[in-house]
Amino acid sequence: MLDDFFTRALLAGIGLALTTGPLGCFVIWRRMAYFGDTMAHSALLGVALSLLLHVNLAVSVFAVAAVVSLTLLLLQKRGSLSTDALLGILSHATLATGLVIVSFMTWVRIDLVGFLFGDILAVTQADVSLVWGGGILVLLAIVYMWRPLIASTVNPELAAAEGLEPERARLAFMLLMALVIAIAMKIVGILLITSLLIIPAATARRFSAGPETMAVLASLFGAVAVAGGLFGSLKFDTPSGPSIVVAALVLFLASLLPRRGEHSSIAAAQPEGGNR
Amino acid sequence: MLQSNVQSRQELVSLAAAGVRRKGRWLVRGVDLSIARGEIVTLIGPNGSGKSTTAKMAIGVTRPDEGGVTRIPGLRVGYVPQKLAIDWTMPLTVERLMTLTTSLREREIEAALEATGIRHLARAEVQHLSGGEFQRALMARAIARKPDLLVLDEPVQGVDFSGEIALYELIKTIRNTTGCGILLISHDLHVVMAETDTVVCLNGHVCCRGTPEAVSRSPEYLRLFGTRASQTLAVYSHHHDHTHLPDGRVLHADGSVTDHCHPADGHHHGDAHHGDAGSRPGPMRIPHAHGPDCGCEPPATAGTSGDETQERRDA
Repeated sequence: MLDDFFTRALLAGIGLALTTGPLGCFVIWRRMAYFGDTMAHSALLGVALSLLLHVNLAVSVFAVAAVVSLTLLLLQKRGSLSTDALLGILSHATLATGLVIVSFMTWVRIDLVGFLFGDILAVTQADVSLVWGGGILVLLAIVYMWRPLIASTVNPELAAAEGLEPERARLAFMLLMALVIAIAMKIVGILLITSLLIIPAATARRFSAGPETMAVLASLFGAVAVAGGLFGSLKFDTPSGPSIVVAALVLFLASLLPRRGEHSSIAAAQPEGGNR
Repeated sequence: MLQSNVQSRQELVSLAAAGVRRKGRWLVRGVDLSIARGEIVTLIGPNGSGKSTTAKMAIGVTRPDEGGVTRIPGLRVGYVPQKLAIDWTMPLTVERLMTLTTSLREREIEAALEATGIRHLARAEVQHLSGGEFQRALMARAIARKPDLLVLDEPVQGVDFSGEIALYELIKTIRNTTGCGILLISHDLHVVMAETDTVVCLNGHVCCRGTPEAVSRSPEYLRLFGTRASQTLAVYSHHHDHTHLPDGRVLHADGSVTDHCHPADGHHHGDAHHGDAGSRPGPMRIPHAHGPDCGCEPPATAGTSGDETQERRDA
C-alpha cells in the first residue's frame, strides 16, 4: 500500500497535521505567528547549508531554525529593537542568505519551488517514517511538559513563582518548533508551514471549552484539511501544498458561521482576539 | 506546621539589603523584610516605588542584584500577579484555571471556589468574568494549592468598596485557618488591611515601616467608612524624615540632598526610620494630612510624565 505515492502523501500529511495541531495552539496563545514564519523562512538557509556542507537536510534545517530562535532570544534581551522588527530582519535575512548561497553553488540543481511550496506527492517511505517518528517525539514532549507550557503561556511570572520554570518551557517550545519545521518543510513547504500551524488551531478555538480540547481538535481539523486538500488536488489537478492550506481555510471559514444560540460571543470577543 | 499561632517565629522569606537594578537604575534598593508563618505584611508606596519588584524578589521571580534573599526550603508559594490578561484565544474555564500549576482534587477546587464565593462560576470562561470575579478566581487558584506564602499584588484592584472589604475578610480567614504568611501589595498609601502586622512603605527604598493604627482610635475614619469597614481596614498614618524630589533626588530633614536614599547614607536619624519591624513610638505615628512635603508620595509638581514612566517600569 505504501508503494502508492498518494497513500504515502496522505500518511505523511496526516502525521504532520496531528503534530502541528497542539503546537499551533501554543503559537496562537503565545502570539507567535510571525515568529513561526521567521523560523520557517530560515529553513531555506538550512537547505543551502545542507547542500554546501553535505549534511542531512532535516538536521541542517533543524539546527538553523534552532539557532535563529536562540538568536532572537538574545536580541530580545538586549532590547534595542522591537520584537517584530527583529523578526522581520531575521526572517528575510535568512531567506535571502539561503537563496544567495544556493545561487553560488552552480554545481547543484535544486528545485526551489519544491522547497518553498512543498512537494508532498514526492515523499518517500523514509520521509513518512521521519514525519511519524519526529511527530510522536514532539507530541510526547508536549504531553510531558503540558502543565509548565500552559502555565507559562498564561503568565510566566506566575509559573516561575509557583516553581514551574517558564524559561525551560519556552526553550523546549522553540526546539519543538524547529523540529516540526524540519519535518514539515518537504510536505507543505517553507512558505506554508505556519498556515498548517495556525489555521487548524484557530478553527478549533470556537469549539473548545479548554486548552486540551483545543489541542486535540486542532490536530483533527488539520488531518481533515490534509485529506481534503490532497483529494482536491488530485481531482482538480492543483498544487498539493497550497490545496491543503485552502482546505484548512475552508474549514476555518465554516467555523465562523453563526451557530444557533450563539450570536454575540464571537463578535464581542473578536476585537481582543483579532490581533495576532 | 499548620498551627495558626506563631509561638516560634518561623521566617518563610527574608530579604537582607536586597536591591534590583535595571539599565543602570535602581528600581528598589536596601530592602530588609521578612515574612513569618501567620504574619501579614503589607507593602505600600506610589507607582514605580518597587512594590511589585520587592514581592518578585521575595518569591524568586526576580533575582536581587545586591543583598540576599533567603527562603525556607520547599517553600510553596501562591501568587496573584498584578496584571494577568488571559488571551481570548485560550479557552479557559474557572475550573481549569484552578489546576494551572498544580493538580488538585475536585473537593479542593470546590472548597477554594466556595471560600471566594464564586462556586457558581466554576464552568464560566475566565474571559467573561467581571474584574472583581476574575480577581476572586485568581485568589481561589492561589489558595487552592495550600501555599505556605500567599503573595497578593494589588488584590483589590477593580473591586468595589464592599468587595474590597469582603476580600480583606477572606484574606484574614485564610491566614487564620491555614496559618500561611501573606505578603500584600496595596495601591492605597493610607488605608491598609486592619489585620496587617507590619506595613512597609516603599519608594525606591524602605521609607518607613510600622503597625497600622487601630481603627478604633481614628474616629474620622469610622465616620467615613462605617463600622463594618473599620473591622477590616485601618489607617496607616506615617511621616518621613526625607522628601523625594521630582528629579529623583532626596531632600533630607537635615537639609542635605542626595542622589539616592538608603539606610547607610548617614542622613537618617532616629530609629523611626529604616528600623526593624514592630511598633515604636515617635514621629511616624503622628497622623498628618499628606501633602507635597510628607515624603509619602512624589510631590504633585512631578507631573504626569514622571508618573507614566514609573508605571511603565512597574509593568
